[in-house]
Amino acid sequence: MSSETVINVQGLTKSFDGKTVVNGLNMEIKKGEIYGFLGPNGSGKTTSIRMLCGLLKPDAGSGSCLGYDVINESELIKPHVGYMTQKFSLYEDLTIRENLDFTARVFGLENPTKIVTDCIERMALGPFEKQLAGNLSGGWKQRLSLGACTLHSPKLLLLDEPTAGVDPGARRDFWDQVHTLASQGITALISTHYMDEAERCHRLAYIAYGNLLASGTVEEMIHDSELVTWNVAINNGENALHTLSEQLKPLPAIDQVVAFGNTLHVSGRDPVLLEKAIAPFQRPPFEWTLIETSLEEVFIDLMQQSKDGLK
Amino acid sequence: MRLFSFKRFAAMVGKEFVQMRRDRLTFGMMVGIPLMQLVLFGYAINSDPRHLPTAVLSADNSAYSRSIVTGMQTSTFFDITHYPKTRAEARQLIDEGRIQFTVTIPENFGRDLLRGDKPILLLEADAADPQATGGASKSFPEIVRRALQKDLTGPNAKLNQSEPPVDIRIHNDYNPEAITQYNIVPGLMGVILTMTLVMITSLAITKESERGTMEHLLSTPIRPLEVMLGKIVPYIFVGYIQITLITLAAKFLFDVPMHGSIALVFAFSVVFIAANLSVGVTISTIVRNQLQAVQMSMFFFLPSLMLSGFMFPFLGMPKWAQGIGSVLPLTHYLRLIRGIMLKGNGFAESIHHLWPILLFWCIVVVIGLKRYRKTLD
Repeated sequence: MSSETVINVQGLTKSFDGKTVVNGLNMEIKKGEIYGFLGPNGSGKTTSIRMLCGLLKPDAGSGSCLGYDVINESELIKPHVGYMTQKFSLYEDLTIRENLDFTARVFGLENPTKIVTDCIERMALGPFEKQLAGNLSGGWKQRLSLGACTLHSPKLLLLDEPTAGVDPGARRDFWDQVHTLASQGITALISTHYMDEAERCHRLAYIAYGNLLASGTVEEMIHDSELVTWNVAINNGENALHTLSEQLKPLPAIDQVVAFGNTLHVSGRDPVLLEKAIAPFQRPPFEWTLIETSLEEVFIDLMQQSKDGLK
Repeated sequence: MRLFSFKRFAAMVGKEFVQMRRDRLTFGMMVGIPLMQLVLFGYAINSDPRHLPTAVLSADNSAYSRSIVTGMQTSTFFDITHYPKTRAEARQLIDEGRIQFTVTIPENFGRDLLRGDKPILLLEADAADPQATGGASKSFPEIVRRALQKDLTGPNAKLNQSEPPVDIRIHNDYNPEAITQYNIVPGLMGVILTMTLVMITSLAITKESERGTMEHLLSTPIRPLEVMLGKIVPYIFVGYIQITLITLAAKFLFDVPMHGSIALVFAFSVVFIAANLSVGVTISTIVRNQLQAVQMSMFFFLPSLMLSGFMFPFLGMPKWAQGIGSVLPLTHYLRLIRGIMLKGNGFAESIHHLWPILLFWCIVVVIGLKRYRKTLD
């Protein structure tokens, strides 16, 4: 991985009708990185991505994307960026090949027919080549979209929740493709709600209500959260677990209690206070074990903090 | 389950009202279109046109010829707008559609009148649209009789007694049998092109944003002008298919005479087609959904239909309506097409009907490009 910076923006801000959607976003992404962009719904992820690829004009802020100025040179950025929209945005009344062919020509590629044929082969779209895009299932639509946004060999991929509503198998295939592209030096910025996907990114950023709350690698983010997590298992009686969770939730030392099937995850920021708080409950039938905090707990924690911050 | 639940029904009605309120433009059009129809039908349209521009080609300067001209003015049917010097000049005025009538008063009209020689008074009408000239032509003999009645007094009063003292001849040029199809069918060409082409393209960009494909398009390097022209060109072919069909129908179904060059019709039509398509594309940069696009097309189509001289004689409309009509491309296209088909106009007589359409087109394209959103803002 080289240390060349692909995206470097400071203070990107955008408001709609007086409501600030993105508030002073700073971001630095290096070449070949897969950068995960996380945050609750309506947190400004899509708006940020649209500003980076020139679909929206930032109200304030500065920076560069692929060496071009994000404010004034968006027309120069476009040819090098592959943008995959959250909602399917290819033509439903065109076939797979026609869609790819159109996109290739709009980007002004030399020898579009060959490029499209290569793409169909690479994305294994061959059997559906002549099908109308509108008739494809979610997974295949997403595959076609990825194909379309990589046709012009972009240097930067902006993928906005590319795997929403897609089955796990297709998601895995999708991520394999993204890693292959990254290994070829393409940088990718991907927004997602899936924790397993977040863990497949090189680095992450967490944004909520327009503010960047945390960023770093998975390990860094877990470490920085300073959360300690206990796992509570029970041999029988799920109701007892539910009652326990209700009892634990109001305790000030406990930040979150999450049910995972027949177990509970109990997390808190201060290990000493946490241990004190749970001591009365460390009795049969409950089995308490200290476990590693997962990314999901970190994100729920961040989300709660940002909500508290709003109040 | 009851067959009809008032609660369910009320829920549906309530939801429709909420949606109607959200879609302001659609609601505005629902109010605006009837209002426009009311004004157009009520004020602009006049099936008994008056104040028709008339040229007087007079070789006589007697009191009698002056009385006739004054009589024509006061009748309100005729507005004497031109005094051409030669026949050729008068001819050109009528060919270009600047006047509706030419009155020719021969040399020694007054002298011959007094002698009882019954001089010839010629009224030539551009009767391509029989509706426009009918009323005025019909009243012309009576107008002349009354005008002379006042002058022929004393010893000359006897001329009033018998048959009219003047030999009034009325020539209905271009459409002597007053067959309305001759006028309507070439006009329909323009009307059909306006209606279909504006509607089709007004849906063009709206469709892209409604289906979400606009976002994909905007993320590519494609430029607004490329999008606009790209949307227009395929429909130019559609326009030509329509023109071909209508000319064939005009010839074989309606027997409309074709005095001019069909090649000229095809060549000049491209500007008109492109202008209409651009109106459509520009509409689609303004509206938010397909329903609004259709409504706004109607908003353009209605005045085109009524104020262009297709349905009602242009020169018979009030001045403000003529003013609006002169902006619309259909007005000029109708003159162009009727001129070529019915009057046999050539390139020179037709070209000046083309400039206003061209100008209109340019302005519409500029508005469209300004309105085209390069971002999703």
